[in-house]
Amino acid sequence: MAGREELVDAIAGFGLFADLASPQLVRIVHTFEEVAYADGERVLRQGLSGSAFHVIVDGEAIIVVDGDERARLGRGDFFGEVSILLGEAPIADVVAVRPLRCLVLAGPAVEAFLVDHPRVMYRMLQAQARRLRAANRWRS
Amino acid sequence: MAELTRPFPPGDYPVIVIGSGPGGIQVSSSLRALGVEVATITADPGPGGMFRRWPFFQRLLSWTKPHAPVPRGTRAYERYDWNSLLTDDPAARAIQAEFMDGSSYFPSRPEMEANLTEFVVRTGLPIRYDCTWTGTRREDGPAGARFVVETSDGEYGCEALVVAVGVAEPHTPPGVGREHTYHYADVRPADSYAGRRVFIIGKQNSGFELASGLLPWACQLVLASPSATRLSVDTRSLVGVRARYVQPFEDHVLGGGVAILDASIDRIEPTGAGTFLVSVRRSDGGADLTVEVDDVISATGFVCPLVDLPELGVTTFGASRLPAQTPWWESQTVPGISFAGTIGQGAKGLGKHGMPSNSGAVHGARYNARVLAAHLASTRFGVSLPRPVLAADGLVDYIATELTEAPELWHQKGYLARAVTRDPALGLGLVDDGVQPLTHLLDDHAADGVAFTLEADGSGAIYPVLYVQVDGRRTEVTVDPDPLLRYDTPAARAAIASAVAPLLGGVAGR
Repeated sequence: MAGREELVDAIAGFGLFADLASPQLVRIVHTFEEVAYADGERVLRQGLSGSAFHVIVDGEAIIVVDGDERARLGRGDFFGEVSILLGEAPIADVVAVRPLRCLVLAGPAVEAFLVDHPRVMYRMLQAQARRLRAANRWRS
Repeated sequence: MAELTRPFPPGDYPVIVIGSGPGGIQVSSSLRALGVEVATITADPGPGGMFRRWPFFQRLLSWTKPHAPVPRGTRAYERYDWNSLLTDDPAARAIQAEFMDGSSYFPSRPEMEANLTEFVVRTGLPIRYDCTWTGTRREDGPAGARFVVETSDGEYGCEALVVAVGVAEPHTPPGVGREHTYHYADVRPADSYAGRRVFIIGKQNSGFELASGLLPWACQLVLASPSATRLSVDTRSLVGVRARYVQPFEDHVLGGGVAILDASIDRIEPTGAGTFLVSVRRSDGGADLTVEVDDVISATGFVCPLVDLPELGVTTFGASRLPAQTPWWESQTVPGISFAGTIGQGAKGLGKHGMPSNSGAVHGARYNARVLAAHLASTRFGVSLPRPVLAADGLVDYIATELTEAPELWHQKGYLARAVTRDPALGLGLVDDGVQPLTHLLDDHAADGVAFTLEADGSGAIYPVLYVQVDGRRTEVTVDPDPLLRYDTPAARAAIASAVAPLLGGVAGR
């Protein structure tokens, strides 16, 4: 269990929030909700509407498409934003592979959050660009 | 004399329930109704839990409508009565309205306490009062884990432990001069704030409740927390400040003198003249501020008084230190320990569209407790739960009526659902598997069938969603919202019939 002060320290080291000053980090910790998932618990469900944006604070999760593991995510990684940005249900399951703690922002709140925090949006865009590059390399 | 008449002397019992608030009473009552022996113990001298003392200004946030569109005492009436506990005993149903004086549809705190006390009396629920939980041990034996609950009266052994002690321990985060503040729980009578400047740390309901109550007394009110104020009428959920406490917000936006800041506390310093300087760092981009006030109150919430459960391995999370739970309200890390009442918020559910459960309030937690009781009875004590067979040609009517009337689905939207399952033993006929956690039905329930509930997406609409599974493949079907919230209309029936058609196509004899 971490207090909010410890959470602020934890997320200060995450790439997504790297450009934010302390008061903004405090605000994020108070705006997002902390959620704990058990080992093996599903966090996002393929095809199910109404998902949320997750930032991993502690633990690990796997991305599973049609039963196949596609990627592994850890501390500081984030997921769920693609389905929210596109207004569609997730195309993958995300499953905790050991106890997982995330900061969670509800789907309907994501647009306003990103518009209010352009530096977070820029960092998210960078991460998406890296994923796109990796996908293109894999194809070629 | 008292010792001779007190129930549950120390010893071994199948289930121990700790707590005598709404959660402890409901889970104990529901377990006993299923024939499971349970010993209920509490440190309090009487029933009621937090409602023996709070809310501070003595009026609840949860309503009971004495006059509803359906008769009082029916199952459908529960949708309009957020405060009575649940029982099949007609004499003990819908008690709350009997204890309201007509001045408000929010019961006063004493009216709520009377409701809970009367439920215990009418159902004859035995509770051992003045018995304080002091420690917990886990003993592993050939028959599995067993728990020993240490109390002021002696030791209790049990197979299943249900903790229902509320989110009741006042919590003030350390640091930055918080020793100069006092907690919501220690606020003085309102008239003692006449003409004073009061700084309230926290902008949740407890902060706004205090501000509302102090409006006629304090000469200046400042409320501060890092994130922006949210109002329940904006979020269209229980997230945010409830309508009853919005007055300080209106005073603020109309320039009446209440200040509401998005800021974190940098430091609190005494001036030496009986006042305090509160310095804040704005989180909305504005310049930092220092305010001189006469009182600083921490409305920073409460945490779970879990005694030594964390040392036993029960992991907790979040600002309220809620235990991390499975969809069945069992500790994720120590099987055998379950939670009832407001602590059940730790089983988050799907949270679709950001909509939380109502598990933190009586009207949600009472259904969780009943579902938990049935789960414990069937999985641990061999109790067979009823599984009524449903005729295929009655399925649409059944679903339409439930979606219009079922209080479990209306109060725990997107969290609890009713499951109708194809049973191979019946030639793939349909059985009603009752109300269960939706997360369980989606993730761990392999059988074909339909799970249905009501959901909301923050737009203000409340609409049915059916999760239909045929040959292992699940489809999520949303029924259009009805402005009068009736889902037994021809249009809704047609949508339900269309959704379940693939399921009925496979039912034997059809």
